[in-house]
Parts: sequence; C-alpha cells; structure tokens
Amino acid sequence: MGLLSKKDSKLIMDPLADNNPITIQVLGICSALAITAQLKPSIVMAISVMFVMGVGNIVISLMRNIIPSKIRIIVQLIVVATLVIIVDQVLKAFAYELSKELSVFIGLIITNCIIMGRFEAFALGNGVWRSFLDGIGNAAGYGVILIIVGFFRELLGSGTLFGFPVLGSPVDKTGLYAIGYENNGFMVLPPMALIVVGIIIWVQRSRNKDLIEEN
Amino acid sequence: MAINTDKNSYTVIFAIIMVIVVGSILAGFANGLKPTIKANERYEKQQNILYAMGVNENEGANDVAFIPTDRVEDTFKEYITRQLVIQGGEVTEDDEAYLIDIDKEKTKAKKDDSYERRLPLFIGEMEGKEVYVIPVRGKGLWDAIWGYVAVDKGMTVQGVYFDHKGETPGLGAEIKQRYFMDDFTGESFLDGEAFEGIDVAKGNNDPKNTDTSDNEVDALAGATITGDGVSAMLRQDIRMYVPYFKSLN
Repeated sequence: MGLLSKKDSKLIMDPLADNNPITIQVLGICSALAITAQLKPSIVMAISVMFVMGVGNIVISLMRNIIPSKIRIIVQLIVVATLVIIVDQVLKAFAYELSKELSVFIGLIITNCIIMGRFEAFALGNGVWRSFLDGIGNAAGYGVILIIVGFFRELLGSGTLFGFPVLGSPVDKTGLYAIGYENNGFMVLPPMALIVVGIIIWVQRSRNKDLIEEN
Repeated sequence: MAINTDKNSYTVIFAIIMVIVVGSILAGFANGLKPTIKANERYEKQQNILYAMGVNENEGANDVAFIPTDRVEDTFKEYITRQLVIQGGEVTEDDEAYLIDIDKEKTKAKKDDSYERRLPLFIGEMEGKEVYVIPVRGKGLWDAIWGYVAVDKGMTVQGVYFDHKGETPGLGAEIKQRYFMDDFTGESFLDGEAFEGIDVAKGNNDPKNTDTSDNEVDALAGATITGDGVSAMLRQDIRMYVPYFKSLN
C-alpha cells in the first residue's frame, strides 16, 4: 500500500483477521446477537459503529494529554454517547425510514465494548492518525463478522437477502420450497447468532493454528 | 505539558467544561434538526393514513411503498375529505386531527376518569366509497406498536397499516409486511350486530385467509406476544368508535 506505511496498514488489517474484536477478543457480542437477524440492519450498524469509532478515537486521541486519569472512563463514555446521539438525530432527520428500522439498536452502540476498549487501549496512548486507523480497522473487523452472520441468518432463517426472496416463496411453494425446503425459524432467534459466531471462530482457528491457546 | 492532570481541582474543572461543551453541541444538533425531524414525522403519519386507505405506490406483491414525501401533503389533502374529532359523543371537524397524540390522550384518560378521549377519525373517498381511517396504538413485545385501520360504514376492513418501535426483526417486526397486513382486508370488526374485534389467531388454520367472516387472521410464527398485542390494540381502540358507526347507519 502506497498510502499507508506498513505499520499503519497493519492497524487496519489486523482487526479484520488475526486480531478480530469479535472472534478473537470476543468483544461486542451482545450487538452481534441483537441485530444480525437480517442483512440490512447489520450493514447500517457496521457503518454507524465505524463512524462512532473513527471520530471517537480521534477525539479521545486529541484529548489524551488533558483527560484527568481519575475520570477518563466517564469522559470516554460521554464522547461515545454524544457521537451516538448525533448519529441517531442525523439518521432521524435525513434517513427517517432507516432510523425507524434500527430504532433502539443505534442507542445500543453506546454499550458496545469494542468502542470503549479501543478508546482505553489505543487512543489514550497514540497519535491522532494512528488512532483513527485503529478505530476504522476495528470497526471494519466488527462489521465483517456482523455482515457474515447477518447473511447466513437472513438466508437460512427467512430465505431472503435484503428482504428480497432469493430461495422462492414459502407461501406459494416455488423455488427451493417446491422440493420440500423449509426456512429454519431457529436461525432468526438470538442463540443461533452465537452458534454462527462460534462456527466462524472454529473455521478461523482451524485455518490459523497460531490462534489456538495452549490450555 | 506541565498540567498536573491528577489534581482534584483540575478534574472538577475539566468535568464542568466537558459537560458544558457536550451539552451545547447536543442542544445545537437537536435544535437544528428538530424541524426536519418533525416534518418527517408528519409526512409519515400522512403516508400511513393514505396507505391504509389503499393510496400507495405498491408494485410487486411484497411492496410496501408510500406516496413519496414530496407529494404526500397534496395527496393527503386530495383524498382525505374530512377529519373528525369525536369527544364523548360530540363530533367536530378539525383539519389537524391527524396530529393528535393518541398516547397522550390515553394517559390523560387513565389519570382522570371523567376525561373523554379525543378520538381522531379520517374520512376519505376511495373509488366512490366512503372510507373511515381509525388510528390505533398498543403494546407489542418490546415496545409500542401502532397502525391505521381503514373500514367502511359497516366496519369491514378496507386496508390496514401497522408499524412498531422495536419488535424483533424477522419475528414481531413482520407485522408491517404485506402478507400479514393484507390478511385483514375483508374481515369485519362486527359479529352480526355486536362488536367482536379481529383476532390474530394461532390456531386459525387458514393461512391464506379465505374465510373472512371468522373475525380471525393467521398469526405470525414466533411472534405470539406481538400478535396478541395487535389483537388487543384493535379491540380496545376500535371499540371506542362503535357508537359513531352505529349512528351512521
């Protein structure tokens, strides 16, 4: 990559694979369960988290020398909350349909532990540009898993992608349904998100043996 | 930098400044965007009312397409001929009846037994027939659900629109899908002369809703509580309008 130095591009690429916030660090699981029943909310959630983490990391990094260490967690929380409220308001004003669809989930970004984790672990000790890259990278790593899980859950659970029926119509018995295929209603329920994430972790670790812990 | 960030006085001052800065940013955003958000909410109500009446831009069998926001205000004026407010037997016309907050009316009525709820009713004309659109509001599994029900003089459903605040995607959230909403068309709220309501029934065994005289539509799998919420919402809110419809016939 010409634009980024090797060290900088590592900040973006690492969270996508070998240091993924969801599958390796097991953070942000709660929102991965809640919103991945369909593909579209997964994608919008990924984009919103990317905005909040990118900007949040910049803000925290800019303030890193003046934040009193005693109240740094509260300061971080305020920064996340402010950004999330801004995202929520902007969506309500300019993408009203979408904001209704996501409703409470936008607010839930505040509780995403990846964000607080990166503020605390990275932005407080690094420069602005590197913090920004780290935020984008981690949000992308989170988003990739969300989209994979959302894809399988919507496809197998509802037989649709982005709301379009791709496997035929279960009511009129066309497409796959004509030969006896049925939607797996269990895929729509939260437990299956955990199981899908588990399968991703399994695949990832069997491909890269370095990730397997000793005990 | 030579600031001692561990001093208590510094911490307090920092916190105060932080709160003021963040507070003003948020207040600025909220104020600046308020008119746009309010307008969006108004358009949405108009779109929903028109949709329930059957004024929409649906093309495919699964489409839920509203009149676009830039035209909705004019279309609303064109189709909705009268807006009524019913308050304890008295009927008045009010062009802004669609802005009445049903939630607030319900809370008021709950707090004060003598308060008669203001009931908005929208009357429009569709293919030469008078259609009455009734707003309804209730509780789903997680949060509020609401909708608009278009009926004719005899309280037979002409069309519905449902929406929700936070039902589970893929389960309860399906109440705003065509295959659920379309089932209501043709059902009647009356059983003979008496008010009966429409049940979202699990044991209905009639997924295509061919029997429209049973006061039942087929429930959504995995969304029992949302479905019960829809039944309860329809029963409670539409019952209030029965005296008005009785007076029509």
